Amino acid sequence: MGSLRLSRVPAIDTALKLVTVAVAMFAFVFVVMVPLYNVLCDALGINGKTASQAYTAVSTAVDESRQVTVQFVAINNDDMPWSFSAGERVMRVHPGAANGVVFRAMNPTDAEMVAQAIPSISPSRAAAYFHKTECFCFDQQALAGQAGVDMPLQFIVDQDLPTDIHTITLSYTLFDVTDTVTDGLAVR
Amino acid sequence: MGDHHHGPATGITRWLFTTNHKDIGTMYLWFSFAMFLLGGFFAMVIRAELFQPGMQLVEPAFFNQMTTLHGLVMVFGAIMPSFVGLANWLIPMMIGAPDMALPRMNNWSFWILPPAFLMLASTLFMEGGAPAFGWTFYAPLSTTYAAPSVTFFIFAIHILGVSSIMGSINIIATVMNMRAPGMTYMKMPLFVWTWLITAFLLVAVMPVLAGAVTMMLMDIHFGTSFFSAAGGGDPVLFQHIFWFFGHPEVYIIILPAFGVVSQIIPAFSRKPLFGYASMVYATASIAFLSFIVWAHHMYTVGMPVAGELFFMYATMLIAVPTGVKVFNWITTMWRGALSFETPMLFCIGFLILFTLGGFTGLMLSIAPADFQYHDTYFVVAHFHYVMVAGAVFSMTAAVYYWLPKWCGRMYNEAMGKTHFWISFIGFNITFFPQHFVGLAGMPRRIPDYALQFADFNMMSSIGAFIYGASQLLFLYNVIATIVAGKPVSDEKVWDGAEGLEWTLPTPAPYHTFEEPPQVPKPVGTI
Amino acid sequence: MRRVFSGAALTLLAPLAAAQNQVNMSPGVTEIGADIFELHMLIMWICVVIGVAVFAVMFYSMYAHRKSKGHQASQFHESTKVEVAWTVVPFLILIAMAVPATSTLLEVYDNDEAELDVLITGYQWKWKYEYLEASGEPVAFFSNLATPQEEIYNTEQKGENYLLEVDEPLVIPTNTKVRFLITANDVIHSWWVPEIAVKRDAIPGFINEAWTRVPQEGIYRGQCTELCGAYHGFMPVVVHAVSRDEFDAWMAAKRGAAITQAALATQTLPVDELMDQGKAIYDSACLACHGAQGEGGIGNAIAGSALVLGDLSDHMAVVAKGVSGTAMQAFGGQLNDVEMAAVLTYQRNAFGNNTGDVVQPGDVTGMKNG
Repeated sequence: MGSLRLSRVPAIDTALKLVTVAVAMFAFVFVVMVPLYNVLCDALGINGKTASQAYTAVSTAVDESRQVTVQFVAINNDDMPWSFSAGERVMRVHPGAANGVVFRAMNPTDAEMVAQAIPSISPSRAAAYFHKTECFCFDQQALAGQAGVDMPLQFIVDQDLPTDIHTITLSYTLFDVTDTVTDGLAVR
Repeated sequence: MGDHHHGPATGITRWLFTTNHKDIGTMYLWFSFAMFLLGGFFAMVIRAELFQPGMQLVEPAFFNQMTTLHGLVMVFGAIMPSFVGLANWLIPMMIGAPDMALPRMNNWSFWILPPAFLMLASTLFMEGGAPAFGWTFYAPLSTTYAAPSVTFFIFAIHILGVSSIMGSINIIATVMNMRAPGMTYMKMPLFVWTWLITAFLLVAVMPVLAGAVTMMLMDIHFGTSFFSAAGGGDPVLFQHIFWFFGHPEVYIIILPAFGVVSQIIPAFSRKPLFGYASMVYATASIAFLSFIVWAHHMYTVGMPVAGELFFMYATMLIAVPTGVKVFNWITTMWRGALSFETPMLFCIGFLILFTLGGFTGLMLSIAPADFQYHDTYFVVAHFHYVMVAGAVFSMTAAVYYWLPKWCGRMYNEAMGKTHFWISFIGFNITFFPQHFVGLAGMPRRIPDYALQFADFNMMSSIGAFIYGASQLLFLYNVIATIVAGKPVSDEKVWDGAEGLEWTLPTPAPYHTFEEPPQVPKPVGTI
Repeated sequence: MRRVFSGAALTLLAPLAAAQNQVNMSPGVTEIGADIFELHMLIMWICVVIGVAVFAVMFYSMYAHRKSKGHQASQFHESTKVEVAWTVVPFLILIAMAVPATSTLLEVYDNDEAELDVLITGYQWKWKYEYLEASGEPVAFFSNLATPQEEIYNTEQKGENYLLEVDEPLVIPTNTKVRFLITANDVIHSWWVPEIAVKRDAIPGFINEAWTRVPQEGIYRGQCTELCGAYHGFMPVVVHAVSRDEFDAWMAAKRGAAITQAALATQTLPVDELMDQGKAIYDSACLACHGAQGEGGIGNAIAGSALVLGDLSDHMAVVAKGVSGTAMQAFGGQLNDVEMAAVLTYQRNAFGNNTGDVVQPGDVTGMKNG
């Protein structure tokens, strides 16, 4: 095991090195596996995850030669009482062109609640080509009881989208995160 | 002190404070057998409920607790500690060392196990019941939707992980530093080799499991969201981390079994192992491959097609080194002088049934076909063929093979053979029909099933009762041997046995190889 | 070659498969199902051939090289040639297996250009199906286990499709490429129908996709295949494949029913009707946790419950919003106003809870809007 010696007793030296390996593997899970997974997901669209920040690069050309169908799905997760729907269920768009759609949410309860929308794209391969310049999913949404809100989404489908993809489905699942952000509520 | 040749202390303190590798090995073996009976009891509950369609004995929620605890207890309580016990007994004797390298730590790594399993078993009596999310504990079923007992489950996993890591460090330190002069790496018995590689796997992946349960703990109690989509996490990440641990884990279970079989088959063939070096390389390749195939447990999770292909090809590759091993064992038997005492019978049983499990493993590696197999009883049958007929059969063979050396008394051969035949037949009645119901569409982990699966399930249950009962015969045979077995007549016990442990007196004295032995000649020549 | 193998297999297994105890995978009704079946048979037969060869050598050796027969052990070991051969040959066989496996896999992943999209959501412990169409009244419904508790607890004869029957199956047209978008509401589930060879995990927060094109009409049954809690074994999948015309008619009827329900919501319904509908809903949605006699189980007892006998709006709040941290779900999104009124009426009057309260759809609408 190289020239580094951690103890003069050979067996203890071996043991200390192995303890180091074990500790390093424990750390590896947190500092390598989790971030690496997230990076890979963002880059390759594993699981259909999309970037969690707004896309800022300027798109140059619009591909007028083809159209892609973009389908919107709004889903409520467990026990989420809000009504949540997409303004349009389906759009036909040109790759490269900027598009917008509005999602509508309404809190039918009497209490203020906070929600987080989680996007997912299918086919997952398309996620890397789906750029959101503005999205309500970047932030949590707080709504007072009985209040409603229109939530905009601006997006561009990349011109480099593989030509064998004709339909992209974008789903948003709305999670109730009121319990985890009570601090934020106090401020309002 | 001058008590260089003292024997064991007396009374309970002998066991509590012992640092003797043979004592600790014995405790590991008895503990794992107790866990084997406990896990077996859970299995009997499962099979009794599945005896007929309809709910008869237990409620669905309790059924899930049984499947979960059965898996956890068998994997972490029975199989793994049993091989650690075997390693404790045998590795120092096989490499000519007086004891393990770190005897004090050895004591600790055993004694933290019973409290861990006591804690795990006590969850059965807690509010909301024991963990009921399967031994693979997928989030969010095991986090947001779990019973409060999950916290105790997490602590139990942490403790037994620490125990495994300490045990492995000890084994590596022993093998690397305590070999007798002349015992080069390529002269070590294969059991030592397979354990050395296993121990490295354990040191590498048990911390990963610890990381996974720590993240669960943080998600449950500290508001993080590693595995919850709501906070930007991902439940699929859990599966990646779990199987990054879990796939090496299944080789951790099977590699020492390969080692045992590689010791016993040559002994009863009276012929050296055919390809010693290729066995070592095959073991190392299997260990390496185990790190790049984990996602074959997740073909249906919706991975990109490129990922599916990569994991499919890598998984199929494992068939090559595994094949090398099976071919080696059979070629070792070829033109030997074979006799069929109980240890050899269990090894032949291992060879046949493990190979069958290997074939179904190859079938499962084919991603598109796996869409039909995944999470059905076909998978249950597959992994019981490799876990039970693989690990448990070889462990049983090891006990019959080395028990006379350990205690100086011979077991009852007729009873041993009876145990083998009942086990072999019972095992196959239990698990062979599970291939059929799996292919026909029965999902795993269900407490009740459609009528078309009824006949095979009843058969399976009957087989399970037979197999379970045969283990009591084994227990009786072992106790009868220790208490009143016929003293062995031949010091060496088995005429074909090779290795340093057989050069010791029988029974093996409390302290052995206090002076390093002469390593006679390379293993592999006679 | 694949055809030959599976052909031989079918002939061999046909008499067995015809019996009640199916021993092999079904080729199913779809093209992909047949491909997967052939792949399965090909790999299985390769394994059988290798296995027979290997075990023949072993058993011969066990017979011929016995010590009891006086066989002397030869001491040969190591042979590079042999060892290279048994490394290379399996490798080549594996390549031969990988080729058809790869092409079938690519086919499974070809989700594009579907004519109908269905969103499948896994719930503890039922499925929700929603037809994704560009416009019009959305058609969505829950599909619950229809097997009565009496059959499960052995007090009644088990029916033919025991545990594989639902109150409302998924209906899809034949000869149409249908894409399934699969997700989950709570924990991970997995949607599987063996006969159409589709199995995909349903993961909360993420959508997965799968597709099928069913060529023949029929009823195809499957189950959830990912452990999802206590009643994992009790959430079957049933798919009805019907002709295009029949499908269109069914869709029209579904839309009509939704409109009728909306109209009903403004009417005053007779008690009997509410009680009947309430019992049906209770049996499919509440019974598993609260018991056939309202005696409780995983959930609290309904019979004699202070909540049920007490204030109506509190009662409805729990049913509609669930109780967080427990298995009690929010049914507000799952039941329409008529159904909510019916199940509330039923709970308040059945099991000896003779409150005499009659909850009308209008009351529910009123309470919802504060």
